[in-house]
Amino acid sequence: MEAFTVHTGTAAPLRRSNVDTDQIIPAEYLKRITRHGFEDGLFSAWRKDPDFVLNKPEYAGVSVLVAGPDFGTGSSREHAVWALQDYGFKVVISSRFADIFRGNSGKAGLLTALVDQDVVESLWALIEADPSTSVTVDLDAQTISAGDIVASFDVDPYVRWRLLEGLDDIGITLQNAPDIERFESARPSFTPTTR
Amino acid sequence: MGRTLAEKVWEAHVVRRAEGEPDLLYIDLHLVHEVTSPQAFDGLRSTGRPVRRPDLTLATEDHNVPTIDIDKPIADPISRAQVEALRKNCAEFDIPLFPLGSADQGIVHVVGPQLGLTQPGMTVVCGDSHTSTHGAFGALAFGIGTSEVEHVLATQTLPLKPFKTMAVTVNGPLPAGVTAKDLILAVIAKIGTGGGQGYVIEYRGEGVRGLSMEGRMTLCNMSIEAGARAGMVAPDQTTFDYIEGREHAPVGADWDAAVAYWQTLVTDPDATFDKEVVIEASELSPFVTWGTNPGQGVPLSATVPSPDDAADDVERAAIERALEYMALTPGTPMKEIPVDTVFVGSCTNGRIEDLRAAAAVIQGRKVADGVRMLVVPGSVKVRLQAMSEGLDEVFKQAGAEWREAGCSMCLAMNPDKLTPGERSASTSNRNFEGRQGPGGRTHLVSPQVAAATAVTGRFASPADLA
Repeated sequence: MEAFTVHTGTAAPLRRSNVDTDQIIPAEYLKRITRHGFEDGLFSAWRKDPDFVLNKPEYAGVSVLVAGPDFGTGSSREHAVWALQDYGFKVVISSRFADIFRGNSGKAGLLTALVDQDVVESLWALIEADPSTSVTVDLDAQTISAGDIVASFDVDPYVRWRLLEGLDDIGITLQNAPDIERFESARPSFTPTTR
Repeated sequence: MGRTLAEKVWEAHVVRRAEGEPDLLYIDLHLVHEVTSPQAFDGLRSTGRPVRRPDLTLATEDHNVPTIDIDKPIADPISRAQVEALRKNCAEFDIPLFPLGSADQGIVHVVGPQLGLTQPGMTVVCGDSHTSTHGAFGALAFGIGTSEVEHVLATQTLPLKPFKTMAVTVNGPLPAGVTAKDLILAVIAKIGTGGGQGYVIEYRGEGVRGLSMEGRMTLCNMSIEAGARAGMVAPDQTTFDYIEGREHAPVGADWDAAVAYWQTLVTDPDATFDKEVVIEASELSPFVTWGTNPGQGVPLSATVPSPDDAADDVERAAIERALEYMALTPGTPMKEIPVDTVFVGSCTNGRIEDLRAAAAVIQGRKVADGVRMLVVPGSVKVRLQAMSEGLDEVFKQAGAEWREAGCSMCLAMNPDKLTPGERSASTSNRNFEGRQGPGGRTHLVSPQVAAATAVTGRFASPADLA
């Protein structure tokens, strides 16, 4: 996984709450067996509307998404994270994320920056007034800077460390293989197997 | 201090605990399906890692599979390729698989319990958010993403931060005509789609104790729609009776040892929850969603809400948007809204008791003119059981379509879809925009309400049928 330290880019305002993973990428796109190439599925129903924020020329090339509360609810599909990344997003900012989506983001290297809703509202106002505004997200300092706004954001400390280091979770766990073996040798005999 | 059920199961699975790190948790059962696994297997191949415990892993084909003509090759080439990828991966990594046509094939969350693989006190994961279903047995069961699927395949563990605990206590027995589905829809409407975020919910109280195992599965299944990672019900005699004798249930001395352990899996009297919610069962009635998330629900006897009912601007905007998408006018009685399609099935309500309940309502009656009713059993075993009871004939004589097992119209990855603008009464779990097909409008209901609605062509409960 690529390490994440500081990212600077332009941002798109997504003024919707409860953006579920079926909206981020509908099930139809989940039939693919590859790990990349999901950008066409991102918000595919909404992108049919010419007025949808990502269809506006002033938001071309954005890499930061500023979304309403409860972003990423619903299905566990990690394709939602991949679609956002394949489209070019590096950071999603919201005042509340669904648990599974946030976990998936941490694993795949998409930063989910948790802020108060008033920070979201200020960022929306700023980037709607001037879509060319640069937004800088500093993971080390845990700050978001844009125009006059400087706000701190929350991220799980362990996820932050992994993202900063660009570490592979499985590699870390396999260093503790003796612990897993010890646990397995003590499991009760009545636990079932699928054989 | 005492511990909750969830904390007991968690503690019993900690492989490694270190300051500043998540706990490393052992996984007893890993269920796999075709949609969220191919990239995980590719990851194993590219790093040369084996599957650590194929004997604790089980795969089934469910999300993509057609529910008619299953003896023919899958018509959609992309769906077929995904199913074939699962078959190839399971063969290469030695994982047991129930393919289309197998007597054990079905929706992953129906298959695990029916085989007796889901047992109290276990940790169960699957690349599917409705893994919370298995919590009905007092297991800690939750959905994971594809990176985590790869992690479990490679290590049989997951690094996780402990969940917070929430008690949802249902006082009193459920009134007649009120089902587990109505209960969970009411819970979600009460706490919201984000209300359970970060929590494991333990469902307690007389209204939960009185539910059958299948009812408890319906309840736990939709915990994720309240934002909770998992839902649990403490195991009791109902649980033990359900498991005993199933294919993978313990036998002999193992059975006795297992039951003795399972009986310890209750929340201690002096344990505390991080959050408590109380539901008075007597206040419940059949429920239906009107909007585009499962928290947007009302009693069937109520009317479509208005944006003026919103608590804040965010909610107002959400209501306005949902009304527009659903093409509904505030103040319309729910019972006056006509439907085009009725879907009975899914991991929420595709079990034998659900089919029996729907059949009992529709027996001797007809599906209304212009309404299509699809009945999709959750597994091949459920299908065969239903047929042995003659339920397939009841549905067919009423004019419903009797299908093969799978996820079907719950998420419309197979050919079973709503067309744009079509409205459904669905026993599934999500009423998101486009969930049952692009432009489709979904209302979530119980099997009983679904069947009554099929008869009248408008939302109705069995009590509304003359």
